Amino acid sequence: MTREEMTALVRGKFPDVKLGSNKQFPEFIAAPDQIHSLCTALKEDAQTKMDYLFCETAADRKDGFHLVYHLTSSALGHCVMLRTVLTDKAKPEVETVGGIWMAAEFYEREIFDLFGIQFAHHPDLRRIFLDDDWVGYPLRKDYKDSFTLEH
Amino acid sequence: MEETLLDIELKEKEEYIINMGPQHPSTHGVLRLEVCLEGEKVKYLRPHCGYIHRGIEKMSEKLTYPQLLHLTDRMDYLSAHINNEAVALCVENAMEVEVSDRVKYIRTILAELTRIASHQLWWSAFGMDLGALTTFFYGLRDREKILDIFEETTGSRLIQSYITPGGLMGDIHPNFQKRTKEFVKYFRKKLPEYDQLLTGNVIFHERTQGIGIMSKEDAIDYGVTGPPGRASGFHCDIRKIAPYSAYPLVKFNQILFTEGDTFHRYLVRIKEMWESLSIIEQLIDNIPPGETMLSLKAIKAPKGEYYQRVETARGELGVYIVSDGGPLPARIHYRTPNFSNLFVLNKIAQGHKIADLVAISGSLDLVIPDIDR
Amino acid sequence: MYDFSPLVDSFSHFFTETFSPFWAGLFSMLTLGVAILLFYAVIGLYLVYAERKICARMQNRLGPNRVGPLGLFQTIADLIKLLLKELIYIRRADALLFNMAPFIVIVASIMAIGSIPFAKGLQAIDLNIGVLYILAISSMGVIGILIAGWSSNNKYSVIGAMRSGAQVISYELSLGLALLCMITFAGSMQLSEIIKSQQDGWWIFKGHLPALIAFGVYLIAGTAETNRGPFDLAEAESELTAGFHTEYSGIKFAFFFLAEYMNMFIVASIATTVFLGGWLPFHIYHFEFFNKGMDFVPPVFWFFGKTAFVIYVMMWFKWTFPRLRIDQLLALEWKYLLPINIINLLVISFLTLMQWHF
Repeated sequence: MTREEMTALVRGKFPDVKLGSNKQFPEFIAAPDQIHSLCTALKEDAQTKMDYLFCETAADRKDGFHLVYHLTSSALGHCVMLRTVLTDKAKPEVETVGGIWMAAEFYEREIFDLFGIQFAHHPDLRRIFLDDDWVGYPLRKDYKDSFTLEH
Repeated sequence: MEETLLDIELKEKEEYIINMGPQHPSTHGVLRLEVCLEGEKVKYLRPHCGYIHRGIEKMSEKLTYPQLLHLTDRMDYLSAHINNEAVALCVENAMEVEVSDRVKYIRTILAELTRIASHQLWWSAFGMDLGALTTFFYGLRDREKILDIFEETTGSRLIQSYITPGGLMGDIHPNFQKRTKEFVKYFRKKLPEYDQLLTGNVIFHERTQGIGIMSKEDAIDYGVTGPPGRASGFHCDIRKIAPYSAYPLVKFNQILFTEGDTFHRYLVRIKEMWESLSIIEQLIDNIPPGETMLSLKAIKAPKGEYYQRVETARGELGVYIVSDGGPLPARIHYRTPNFSNLFVLNKIAQGHKIADLVAISGSLDLVIPDIDR
Repeated sequence: MYDFSPLVDSFSHFFTETFSPFWAGLFSMLTLGVAILLFYAVIGLYLVYAERKICARMQNRLGPNRVGPLGLFQTIADLIKLLLKELIYIRRADALLFNMAPFIVIVASIMAIGSIPFAKGLQAIDLNIGVLYILAISSMGVIGILIAGWSSNNKYSVIGAMRSGAQVISYELSLGLALLCMITFAGSMQLSEIIKSQQDGWWIFKGHLPALIAFGVYLIAGTAETNRGPFDLAEAESELTAGFHTEYSGIKFAFFFLAEYMNMFIVASIATTVFLGGWLPFHIYHFEFFNKGMDFVPPVFWFFGKTAFVIYVMMWFKWTFPRLRIDQLLALEWKYLLPINIINLLVISFLTLMQWHF
């Protein structure tokens, strides 16, 4: 599918989705409560068949946490980038996509560990790299501990 | 402390929990596998990683692109050149500059040599895990030749930081082509020995055929790429899907099987070594002359987000850079192949015995620092 | 051929003439014991050295070559290190059983050495049930392994001990049956009689195909009995750290280690005695000139040479093949080796009845 066809399909099903400015992949920006249904639609639609989530990550930006999903189809080969912005930095929360792609369960554990984003309905949300009793979320820009204070 | 299987009540009287790791002769690296066994059968297994989490992504936010390159070698240290290439390509695509053909050829040759070296070490360790201790010496003896080539050109054997945004740190040594051609000739004679020692052995077949079967749907769902994915039929070779450097210019086969058991994961890597030799042969005589480093005023990625996919020896490595236009990245994320490959272990090891668990995790070829970054 | 019996008899005469019967008996037993222990220790040490050199050759490297000329004193250095190591006392381990286990293993293998014929007359005890005695004594070793695994209070050790116990008990059957085949040929269980019956040719040649099959089965079963080679999952380092002897250190570990090598020596020497003619030289029927030449080499050298050959083959297995899993190993025994053995025994009994061997 070309970029235009993809845009038309997604806009057709989810009219509120905004277009992003990424030059590499078609980028769609959805609201946090819509992202789960958008992902499900992209996986199940016979024209897109996005069955391979090859990256899910987050970034701490000025306007909130940007949660980014990179999807592709193993059969059809096209790629898509989805983004959702969580503006509430004190209690960021979004629905898990672990039920759609198994790989997401582990990507989301890492995001929870390093950013503190809560994923609703995740079967096993706990820290993956850091100790269970670690305080704070290191990859946030306002993270402070003894090491960062010295440097 | 972290919630472990010990906190869950063991349902049947015959179940008990054993800890493999973090220090264990066959989990290559610091990985703790908590295994719930019934007799000798594995019922459930939980991997605990994070013992070697160094915060590479956080550290990289304070370093410029040529500086953070040095941290990438330390992730999957057996595919060091390919990790460097990933970051270099991402930054070059972001800045919309293209390196000379000479650089592309050399990068591809180094990547394929790295792939062979990584598979040689994997073969040595896999045989050793299964009890054939001699394979360790044969594989490493041949790997020394590749490491000598690397040392002569880049100065270092294991982690080189030679491929950098803009080109290469320096030109190749005059002996590079000669030594590489000698190595290819030598290794073509030695690789059948590997088959004689392990591949055709009936004990080896008993230990690996039918063990740890991963279906294609599981591979795609968990995101298992590289040789384990290809052994299950998942067409995931980035060198074919989204070719970079000199890959569009070479002819090679993607090795795909459908059975998805340990034996076929083994076969994929052996055949990949043959394919890599063929790629090197196609390129080594035709390296075009040219400059090895672009003269760039400053290495700054323009504002935006960039993603680069490469094929390391273990699977798909993704580099995701979020840039605000300065010399430092605002966020850099590495999508590492071993992180996705690890978690499928629980699904495919259920119902097998402890000895099989060792064979299965050896065939997945995990490098733990890549999981934890 | 030089007969050692007068020499051995003169020793015992010396004792009985100098002391009263009680003391004579005691002193002769002590001397014999010390002699066997010395022999055991020296052979054990040099078997370890031989293994390291042979495996090094197969792995394209040199092996120990620094300590002493050609590295010959390497094992002595290792022995001194093991003797000086701290004996770690495990608090939760069953102290009596934990300390007893290495002794059981080593006593079993020392007792088996006592009945092996090294040359004509050079044998500590020549029992008329020699083969049965050796089989019985070597079976005692498995008790030591099970006790070691259990008393260590460590899950890995218990798994290793259970695996080993199942393996050894199963393969004893094949071992015994293979030996029984050759006893049928030779007509006696007494080791010196078996050798005497091979004076016109070794059983492996006289017994043609069935004896070859029995030899093959014996080698496989013998390697499995001693927890060596492709059957070493009881101590599989890559899976269970060290299996049943994980918790042992210092001299106790040295006992397990030494007992493994000496068990290999015992299996090889029984193979030599029963299949390859013991201390008899290699004679070709009626080729007198050749036979006279062969007789020049003393029988002790023939014995050790043949044993060394069998040991080399056993070491070769270990360093070439990957390890078998426990269920594959037991399947090999119960589904393949045992039926082959039983059929072989029937065939051999029939051959002996009809005198259809050479």
